[in-house]
Amino acid sequence: MKEIRLHAGIPVKPVYGPEDVTGDAEREIGRPGEYPFTRGIHRHMYRDRLWTMRQYVGFGTPGETNARFKYLMAHGQDALNVAFDLPTQLGLDSDDPRAEGEVGRVGMAVDSLADMEEAFAGIPLDRVSVSLTINGMAAPITAMYYAVAEKQGAARERVVTTPQNDILKEFVARGTWIYPVAPSMRLVGDLIEFSTQRYPRSNPVSVCGYHIREAGCTTAQEMAYGLAIAAAYVEMMMGRGLAVDDFAPRISFNFTAWGKIFEEVAKFRAGRRLYARMMRERFGAENPRSWMLRTLIGGGGSSFVAQEPENNIVRGAYIALAGALAGGQTMALPTYDEAYTIPSAKAQLIALRTMQICAEESGAADTADPLAGSYYVEALTNEMEGKIVEEMAQVERMGGIVDAVKTGALQAEVARQAYLFEQRLNSGEIPKVGVNCHVADGGAADEPELELYGFDPAVAEAQVSRLARVRRDRDHAATRAALRRLTDEARGTGNLMEPIMDAVTAYATLGEMCRAMKDVFGEHKEPVRF
Amino acid sequence: MKVLIAKPGLDGHDRGAKVVAQALRDAGMEVVYSGLKRTPDEIVETALQEDVDVIGLSVLSGAHLPLTRRVIDGLRARGADSIAVVVGGIIPARDVPELKALGVREVFAVGTPLADIVKAFKDR
Repeated sequence: MKEIRLHAGIPVKPVYGPEDVTGDAEREIGRPGEYPFTRGIHRHMYRDRLWTMRQYVGFGTPGETNARFKYLMAHGQDALNVAFDLPTQLGLDSDDPRAEGEVGRVGMAVDSLADMEEAFAGIPLDRVSVSLTINGMAAPITAMYYAVAEKQGAARERVVTTPQNDILKEFVARGTWIYPVAPSMRLVGDLIEFSTQRYPRSNPVSVCGYHIREAGCTTAQEMAYGLAIAAAYVEMMMGRGLAVDDFAPRISFNFTAWGKIFEEVAKFRAGRRLYARMMRERFGAENPRSWMLRTLIGGGGSSFVAQEPENNIVRGAYIALAGALAGGQTMALPTYDEAYTIPSAKAQLIALRTMQICAEESGAADTADPLAGSYYVEALTNEMEGKIVEEMAQVERMGGIVDAVKTGALQAEVARQAYLFEQRLNSGEIPKVGVNCHVADGGAADEPELELYGFDPAVAEAQVSRLARVRRDRDHAATRAALRRLTDEARGTGNLMEPIMDAVTAYATLGEMCRAMKDVFGEHKEPVRF
Repeated sequence: MKVLIAKPGLDGHDRGAKVVAQALRDAGMEVVYSGLKRTPDEIVETALQEDVDVIGLSVLSGAHLPLTRRVIDGLRARGADSIAVVVGGIIPARDVPELKALGVREVFAVGTPLADIVKAFKDR
């Protein structure tokens, strides 16, 4: 019989029985909505409220992105997830020489408050919840978002936004770091603190295991690194004198679910249990909301392949099923054309429809944690918990998550895992239909007829002239004063969100704000290890 | 053979670059990895300093055409045309002729098996 090993390295037996489920069921598994939340964070899960469907969207100018937002909302998407282009994510203005060829490409370009005003024109920010996929520049971009909400007249307590604001994972995967680790962490903390105090329904940090998994780590590592990163932020905020229950209820997570369905489900069940215990026992949280691992389950574009891309639609449906069985609060799926291009509107709609079919037709949402009590899933949940704990201990041996990131030890481990995975894929040990098994005669078909995103150089030109207009029309003295204040306060230790808000409303550009802080913080130097 | 695997532009996706770097190293080549977000000028400079035979550019952001052009122009300007340039990443088929016209020797689009990439380097 062929041996089967999960991504976390756990061997799978051909059959499981009651003898495989050890431990005190009441204590370990419990009930949905109750500590330690193994079975989910809500009592009735999707019967009370379905997961939020939140596709990742953004490209071109703020005006183009605004139109796509409205298209998806017209088809039943109830929340937004904004993609920014790389210059925006890295704090470069659209006319910066380093931005050449990248403006408006993988997300929308934002240079100043004027762009955010246009992106959300006609979208009521007191009624729609918006995720902002922004990290190194989370503080100024979220400040722009708050300023737009303010201008729309939205009440602060009704503003629901989730800036990703997880810089630690950027150093490991995804790469949109700017400043060295310590000042980067400070900005994360400033945004959490400011949002907690002013915008009680904001989720000022979304801790991501997702991208680290996309970069190559295992399922157990994904959850372990996510929990370790969350712990680092909790420690930092408590170190600032905040009470854990003041901010912890608004911490959220982002993990993927593209792997084997039962392994993914077990990962989330074990992760919820571990997080609840960590928050209660290690950090002394008393508010049950502080114990709950609330999570976005994203698809994981790395599981989608270029060969016969329509098959990715089917892969997406299994991811949606895994996400539903795992009890996520929000879901986003990659689009089937993602290995080739910026998603077409059609591909976006299919991804949204996939989640809707899973929610409405499949029955996966009918009852809380439907796999509970399965010999296999309960045994696997316990085994995954053990693996996650092991990986967290490994991080501690690297000096803790912050040091592991500074030295590049964690990055090297992720790269090693990516290479191991690739080898297992190449050897056929990990099957991939149309790639290493069931390949059509004569090999996979050539690149199919997909609607490729026609990148228009006029986008960058339009964005650069908008930027020039903003620079020309603003109150120059006010902008200069605000930027000077930002640099001055960056030298101290106080919260930088107030000076950033001032600079934003004085229409300082993102590049100017980024530089104002870079003058003090300097730049991160990547520890290159592979 | 000595190879520089480089990440030009602003794209932060380095999984593919690091996997290819490890595979080439395991195949006996000497491999230098640039790290993220290098400018074309920095990549040309590193290639000259390290005296590499091949530069492998990895781009997943869609900005492969302007970035590759600048690297190749930079090599020409420094009289280093003998350094071969190959490109990998999310490269639509329609862009391959233009990359080849720029002087790119090989294009490894997403989905290229690792063994094929290693073989292309070895056969050079």
